[in-house]
Amino acid sequence: MARVVVDVMLKPEILDPQGQAVQRALPRLGFKGIADVRQGKRFELEVEGPVDDAALARIHEMAETFLANTVIEDFVVKVES
Amino acid sequence: MTTRIGVVTFPGTLDDRDALRAVRVAGAEPVPLWHRDKDLHQVDAVVLAGGFSYGDYLRAGAISRFSPVMETIIEQAKAGMPVLGICNGFQILTEAHLLPGAMLRNNHLHFICRDQKLRVENAQTSWTADYSAGQEISVPLKNMDGRYVADERTLDELEAEGRVAFRYLDGNPNGSLRDIAGITNAAGNVVGLMPHPEHAVEPLIGTGGTDGLGFFTSILKKLVTA
Repeated sequence: MARVVVDVMLKPEILDPQGQAVQRALPRLGFKGIADVRQGKRFELEVEGPVDDAALARIHEMAETFLANTVIEDFVVKVES
Repeated sequence: MTTRIGVVTFPGTLDDRDALRAVRVAGAEPVPLWHRDKDLHQVDAVVLAGGFSYGDYLRAGAISRFSPVMETIIEQAKAGMPVLGICNGFQILTEAHLLPGAMLRNNHLHFICRDQKLRVENAQTSWTADYSAGQEISVPLKNMDGRYVADERTLDELEAEGRVAFRYLDGNPNGSLRDIAGITNAAGNVVGLMPHPEHAVEPLIGTGGTDGLGFFTSILKKLVTA
């Protein structure tokens, strides 16, 4: 079965307090040199059948209407080999 | 004929009982609606109550928005049926694109639960006609994902058209842009807000305030005189 990954991230202009909290914790844990952290979501879809243009178009539609809220989030669809 | 106001129960809804009760206290007939039932049972208006429908999985309101009952509600709301979304209900209305913008995690990342002072900015919607513009009210606020965001153009548009219905007073509790606590659609029939008017309708309950009752008496008057 082929895997398609959908990465969803808050748009750059949207404040991400969760990412900020992670970033602030890093120096305390000894991880230095990280200027910024943004936290997002990753969906791994196991696709039945071929991942052709039609299947990818459906996944794109799924990401746009459901997996991401495009008012606040951007998404990227990637096919994993 | 009595006015029938429906309150939807999704899996994870918490405040449906209080909302049904508020409807009755205001003098209308409360009608429980079920998320899997497309039929609205001849209600004249709908309240989407607070809680954590579908556990807020994915995003608050994102899964509920695709439930069978919402198909009918979205269609009817576009045709003018009054809909009030409280807390999780507000989140569902933004996910359904009946109201612009989106709700995100509170900027301080903590759940908040307190009495909240608000200013009624628009007293001409179906749900706010019993208030006066500029009136200050106090109702409970309790949520995790209460930070209202929208792009600058949308915010300017909301302000220019008087569609910011409520604004937080005495400090912004969650980082909502421009202190927005609630908004209305252009027609004034769809209103959403984070604080909970249904918890402030009886002197014996909570802190004893009844500032929230006006939402339910407003809609009743609107429907009776319509």
